[in-house]
Formats: sequence, structure tokens, C-alpha cells
Amino acid sequence: MKPDLWNNRDFLAGLLFIVLGGLAVALARDYPIGSTMRMGPGYFPMVLGGILFLFGVYVLLRGVRSGDKVKGEWGYRPLALIALSIVLFGFLLDRVGMVPAIVVALFVAAAAGREFRLKEVLLLAVVMTAFSVAVFSYGLKLPYPLLGGY
Amino acid sequence: MDILNNLVFGFGVAFSLENLAYCFAGVALGTLIGVLPGVGPLVTIAMLFPITFHLPAVPAIIMLAGIFYGAQYGGSTTSILVNLPGETASAVTCIDGYQMARRGRAGPALATAALASFFAGCVGTLLIALAGPTLGEWALRFGAAEYTSLMLMALVASAVMTQGDAVKGLAMVVLGLLIGVVGVDVNSGMARYSFGIPELIDGIGFTVVAVGLFAVAEIVVNLESREAREVYTGRVTGLMPTARDLKDAAWPTVRGTAVGACFGVLPGTGPALSSFATYMLEKKLAKDPSRFGQGAIEGVAAPEAANNAAAQTAFIPMLTLGIPASATMAVMLAALTLQGIATGPQVMFDKPDLFWGLIASMWIGNFLLVILNLPLVGVWVRLLTVPYRWLFPSIILFSSIGNYSVSNNPFDVYLCAVIGVLGYVLVKLECEPAPLLLGYVLGPLLEENLRRALLIARGDPTVFFTRPISLAFMIATVLILVVMVVPAARGKRHGA
Repeated sequence: MKPDLWNNRDFLAGLLFIVLGGLAVALARDYPIGSTMRMGPGYFPMVLGGILFLFGVYVLLRGVRSGDKVKGEWGYRPLALIALSIVLFGFLLDRVGMVPAIVVALFVAAAAGREFRLKEVLLLAVVMTAFSVAVFSYGLKLPYPLLGGY
Repeated sequence: MDILNNLVFGFGVAFSLENLAYCFAGVALGTLIGVLPGVGPLVTIAMLFPITFHLPAVPAIIMLAGIFYGAQYGGSTTSILVNLPGETASAVTCIDGYQMARRGRAGPALATAALASFFAGCVGTLLIALAGPTLGEWALRFGAAEYTSLMLMALVASAVMTQGDAVKGLAMVVLGLLIGVVGVDVNSGMARYSFGIPELIDGIGFTVVAVGLFAVAEIVVNLESREAREVYTGRVTGLMPTARDLKDAAWPTVRGTAVGACFGVLPGTGPALSSFATYMLEKKLAKDPSRFGQGAIEGVAAPEAANNAAAQTAFIPMLTLGIPASATMAVMLAALTLQGIATGPQVMFDKPDLFWGLIASMWIGNFLLVILNLPLVGVWVRLLTVPYRWLFPSIILFSSIGNYSVSNNPFDVYLCAVIGVLGYVLVKLECEPAPLLLGYVLGPLLEENLRRALLIARGDPTVFFTRPISLAFMIATVLILVVMVVPAARGKRHGA
């Protein structure tokens, strides 16, 4: 495969559709298909997977022909840090409590930005923690411990 | 008159202290967050959606609707004062609105936008009240076949008419339908695409998809680019437009409202396209088109009226048919479903308090917007200077808390991160996420109706073409495809 295909917008989009459509069809084979009159649970996803696959092939071929590139850089760093922030929040909330989870999630998310000013982020963490506790724990009465797991 | 009685009844519902408070809270929150640069109505509504989760149905919907048009409205303030709109619907307002601000006419621009929006909002709401029952009664006759064709039409239209590539839009609809398949099949009780994960048996939560696809992906896109934005920093003085301004803005407002009201009902077009279309129309009609782009007041009034009218009339198909015409309406539909309300034409007959209460509350909400915005404009202006580096961690945080609170399970939060990554990749590959969301919301309904229609017809697929209403939807679907896809494909070949 030519290396520039990895920056080819429609090639990648087509590839993604092909993989997801193929996966949908492969998994749907385990579900009974039934007939057109009495569709089984596999009928609808099987057809959809097939259509997605075909759209994928079309988009992929078009990409190879047109050679349009992905615009701009891939933001690996912000993407990874934002995703990490979300995952950490979920992981920490029922283990160490809401307050530490909020602080950690905010810090990791803020690190995804172009500039990271420690003082500002500290202040933001204090304000947002207070606000979240007020709104979610006292206002909406969500039953999460502020500190400590459950 | 029937409709008058209904409206009186609706105002009775909306004027209860509780509903009035939630309407106000929704409008205020929506404006507050919608004004923030880079935060559009969809992100606002997806993020605040879990808050309404704990409310009863009527106040929940009233509040969500308030958040929606509040955010829509807040976006116009941003586009007049910042040369970067928070959302596509206000992109056109940016052109002349920002020029007016630079010439020291920010006040009249904001006031014109407010009044045009208010007028359009009132007309739009009236249209819902007038068209709703008629359309609903007609739709009550729909069987499974009609619904299948109607949904097909809505999905195809949403895919083809959004900006960007029609084929990729269609692929995104299919992907959305597949995401909607995840979970237990209601007919057979079989878990599909659950990978043995118990949390997936109930399907993928709506907030997870909406927040991941829109909030997370959008934030990463914003962080990766380095566009500097220009904020109007001067003071806003002299709100009142002159008599001449009002005269110049009057007809464009009316025309914008008409254009917006039509576009709002159509799937996939919504506020963005309508404001663009009406701007083009005004430019064509103007005696001196060169004024456009130089701070013409018509260029503010018309698109603002259009996007607000479209925002209101978009409720028509959602409320009367149970078919969302845009991603934001998909949020509304999901909210109704999560409240345990069977959506579709029966809503206005089974739940008249919800239907008429919502309509009345929109009137009140639009009025509140004017009151809230004109005198408080100084506050909103100050909000514009909040740097994005404070905003995005807070959005991520609230989204995560919201996701967690819906199911009390960290799995939803993890899943949101996964969908966020997928959403970002899709945006980078220029695949519009809105059709995916529509597909995801309509997926289970489409499958259900498709199966029922074919069961009744004994497996004969011609049922979609022999019943007249269904046939009409099918013909419309084909027409949309032909009109939108064929020229695009031909144009590309010529261009190559």
C-alpha cells in the first residue's frame, strides 16, 4: 500500500465503513435471519452491515481516484488526553469519590489545551468542584460520596 | 375555536409556577452556555440533557426546549460580537453582524437580531399550533408501511442535505442505524452486538452517543486548530435601532421567517441552511447588494429570523410524527422516549398538557429571551471573553458527570470516550455526525415498523409502493436522491 493512502481522506473513511460494515455482517451471522415475512434479529443488522460495506467500497475507491488529503494535522495529543480525562473520571468516581475524580479529570483535560497555566487550572478546579458539588450533590441529590469509594 | 381553547389550556399549563421556573431556567442556561464561543446549541443541549432526566415529563421538555432556543439565540450574540460563530446556523449573521459591531453599531445589531428572532419565534410557534393537530390527525392513519417509508425519507433527506458529501452522509445514517441495533431485540429477546458486556444489553445510551459525537469530537477539533479569534472588545452602547433600521429590517425579517419556517420542517436542512438561503435571497432583492458584507442590517435581521423560525418549526415533525428533522430534535425525541412517552401523532391527543404546554412555553420563552438579552447584553459580552482553555475542561467534566448520572455506571463514561474518539476520526474524515445521530435515534423505530409492515403484508415488499401515502414518501425519497446526488456526482466528474 502506498504510504500516502494513510493521509487520504476518503480512502480512510471508506476503510472505516468497510471494517465496521464487515464486522456488523460477521457478527450478525450468529443471529437468526428469518424470512422477509418474519424477520429474525439478524435480518436488519445483516442488511445494514452489507449496505455500509458497499458504501465503504465506493467511498474508498473514490478516495483512491481523487486523492484528497485529510485537512490539518491529527490532534493525537488532545484526543488522547481528553479521552483519558473522561475514562479517569469514570474509573475514579466510585473508587475514591467525586471530589478527587473531578480534580483529576479537570487537570488531565486542561493538559490537552494549547497552554497550561497551573494557577488558572488550580483555580478552575476549585471553582468547578464547588459548583459540581453544589449542583449535583446538593441540587440534584446524586448519591455519590464526595470522598472515598463505595 | 378549538385551537384557541387548546392554547388557553396550554398557557394554563405553562404558567404554572413550576413550568414557568423551568422555562426560565432553560432559556437562561441555554443563553448562558450558547453565548460561550465555540459551544453550539447541540453541545449545550447534550451536556444539560441529564439534568432534565430527573424531572417529570412536562417540565423536562419545556426546559430542554428553552435550552435549545436559548442556545440558538445566544449563538447570534456570539456571532455579532466575535468573528467566529459558535455554530453553523449563525455563520451568516457573522458576516454583517460583526461588520456592524466594528462600525460601533453592535447595539442596534444585537437589538435587531433579538427583535427579528422574537418575531420569527412567535410565528414559528403559531405555525406549530396550527399545523400540529392537522398533521397529527392525518398521521394517525399511518400504518407500519407509511411510517417505514416516512422514516426512510427523513433519513435519506438528512443525509443528503447536510453539508458535505451525500454518499458519506448516507453511510453515516447506516452506521447510526447499526449503533441503534445494539442491545436486546424486542421481538426475539436476543442480545445483539453486546459482546457479552452486560451494560450493552440495554443498548447504548443516548447521552453517551450525543456527547461523544458532538461535545468530545468538537472540543478536540477546536484544540487541534490554531485559529485565533477576533473579539469585539468595545463597549456596547446605544441599543436602540433607529427608525430607519427598523424600516430596513422589517421586510427581511418577514421574508426570513417565511424561508426559515419552510426549511425548519424539512429533515436535514434546519437553521443553518435556512439562514444561508435567506441571506442569499436578501442580497438578490437588495437595491444595492454591495452593502452586504459591510454591515447591512438586512443581513442580520433576515438570517436571525430564519434560523429562529426554523428552530421552532423543526418541532412540527418531531412532535406530530415522531420524526426528528435535525440532530437537536433527535435529542428532544430521545428525551420524550426516556420519559416513557410514546412519540408520534398520539402525543398531542394522549398528552395534551405536554403538547400545548410546550407550545405556550415557547411563546413565553421567546419573550423571556428578549427581556433577558437586551438589558443584560453587557453580561453576555463579558462572557465572550472567557477563554476557551477554561471552557473545554468544564464541558468535558459536566458531560462525564451527566453520563455517569444517567445510569450510575462508569461503563457509560468509558463508552463516551470511545464514541468521542470515533466521532473525532469521523469529523476529520469529513463525515457529518448529525445523520448518524438521526439514524441512531430512529433505528429501533425503523426496524420495528419495517418488520411489522412486512409481517402484515406477508413478506411482500411491494406493500411500500402500493399504499398511496407510502408511495408518495418513496417517490419523494427517490426524488431527493436524484436531485441531490446526481448533480454532485456529475459535477465532480467534470471537475476532475
